[in-house]
Amino acid sequence: MASASLPGAARGLGARRWLAMLARDPLACLAALFLLLLVAAALLGPALIPESAGRMNLRLRNAPPFELANGWLYVLGADTLGRSMLARLIEASRSTLMVASAAVALSFLIGGTLGVLAGYARGWGATLILRMADVLMSFPSLLLAVVVLYTFSPSIANIVVVLAVTRLPVYIRTARAEILELRERMFVSAARVMGAGPVRTALRHVVPFVLPTLLTLAAVDFAYVMLAESALSFLGIGIQPPDVTWGLMVAQGRGYLASAWWLAFFPGLFIMLTTLSLNLLASWLRVAADPQQRWRLEPGGKAGDAP
Amino acid sequence: MGSFIARRSLQSLVALAGLIVLVFFAARLTGSPADLYLPIDASVEARQEFNEKHGFNDPLTEQFGRFLADLARFDLGHSIRKDRPALEVVLEAIPTTLALAAVTMTLAVAGAILVGSLAARRPGGAVDRLGSTLSLAAASAPDFWVAISAILLFAVALGWLPTSGMGTFWHWIMPVGVLLIRPFGILVQVVRGSMLGALAAPYVKTARAKGIGERAVVFVHALRNGLLPVITVAGDQAAGIVNGAVIVETIFGWPGIGKLMIDSIIQRDFAVIQASILVTAAIIFAMNIVIDLAYGLLDPRVRHA
Repeated sequence: MASASLPGAARGLGARRWLAMLARDPLACLAALFLLLLVAAALLGPALIPESAGRMNLRLRNAPPFELANGWLYVLGADTLGRSMLARLIEASRSTLMVASAAVALSFLIGGTLGVLAGYARGWGATLILRMADVLMSFPSLLLAVVVLYTFSPSIANIVVVLAVTRLPVYIRTARAEILELRERMFVSAARVMGAGPVRTALRHVVPFVLPTLLTLAAVDFAYVMLAESALSFLGIGIQPPDVTWGLMVAQGRGYLASAWWLAFFPGLFIMLTTLSLNLLASWLRVAADPQQRWRLEPGGKAGDAP
Repeated sequence: MGSFIARRSLQSLVALAGLIVLVFFAARLTGSPADLYLPIDASVEARQEFNEKHGFNDPLTEQFGRFLADLARFDLGHSIRKDRPALEVVLEAIPTTLALAAVTMTLAVAGAILVGSLAARRPGGAVDRLGSTLSLAAASAPDFWVAISAILLFAVALGWLPTSGMGTFWHWIMPVGVLLIRPFGILVQVVRGSMLGALAAPYVKTARAKGIGERAVVFVHALRNGLLPVITVAGDQAAGIVNGAVIVETIFGWPGIGKLMIDSIIQRDFAVIQASILVTAAIIFAMNIVIDLAYGLLDPRVRHA
């Protein structure tokens, strides 16, 4: 992948050309729209529907969805305390997205740096980093999270750290593999011959080539981390009430499967739609960022060929 | 080859040792089990006696020393919750999870080989597009939600399948189906990728030129070489299966190692937490070594220096 991705060329592309390429892939377009809408709802939600997430209306307990008689706020039904599902879902989206972005940012920065170091500095330091990654990789991440989170109370900060740590090996290995391939390439040797020091060579000439790969990885990883967080919250060792995430909402609705299916169904559906959108967008990004495959998304290319 | 096994084993042992330390001290940090096992109005003396009896009053280092000495004799302590040796409790739960994992992985590998090979034969064809859609959906689906939705549909609404428990053939369908999703999605992509490479190789052209039937070319000649990466990835998925098993066993009420672990963490049953994590890790590490060895045996080009 590294041999083909040329960020220099990508940088030359205007925003309009990127948008045109996005328009060529209807599924990726839909995914991008959904994610934009979601982020907007998470950011603006509290301003648009102040306090309605917590307001109880006992007459509307377990109100069924898809009925507009109670106002558009109750279009997705109400929970066991008569709170609007729509408002709760929007409130939960904030913490769900926040936890996932914090965890991904953390593992991206630390894992990426460690990977670059391991690729550049051969020796016992690199070996140590790689062995650590191996150990983390071979142990079921959920078990690690279960042990740590039950020991240190499951606060949001602890959950972010646990999720970030379990994802470190992926970034370490990918970054290192890319660096190993890049460091022997002609333009890197040229930079070295021209007198650039190791730090400058790494930051100015090598890292920009690794970034697109790592960013695509981060998009896929965001979906993975979201799934992991919701699984932990579902098991009762993740986010704790009164905070709420989609995973926790599924857990809370589980007891009402027979009587009020929408309590568990809608939050799970939102998790699924978000992760699906992220994965779709990531696979589009892989093609769009690759000069050898980009023609598929440009006018004249066959859009159906896009993987 | 011998030195390779030695190095991998040493590596696994170091990892296992780190895990033992982590697990022991993590479990001790969660608080005294006396709060959970004695009535809320238990006297101070009763608490003292409880702690004394189970050795929770000794310094942590002393408790750890005792734990290690016992470990050397394969004594993993005593389950407070069940009042039986912890190892016994764990070994009782292992076969359930192993059976679940074995059935799931067999079906996932078989299904992925079929779908992946057919997809690789015609890239961009109907099977290929179906396969990539399926694997994308599999990577995006929250397994606990799929499990709950399946219960909602097949058990509550239609009444075809039992909601939980194990015993009959029908009890296996939903747990295996849910657990299958993730590894199947990943394996389809791996099989497709490696079969694309294998089908383009010259020896496949030779086989076709000799007039060998298409089915034999794909599933005998190409598959043999295309299978190697699949073995590696299938092995990597073993750790993932344990993740899935925790969820699936909790939801469908299977008495496996995943449910045991969650239960004993919530009940602060230290000995069982330690025993189950150690046994699970040991099994996973052992399996990784076996897979590395199998890879070397199957592909003579792989030389473990």
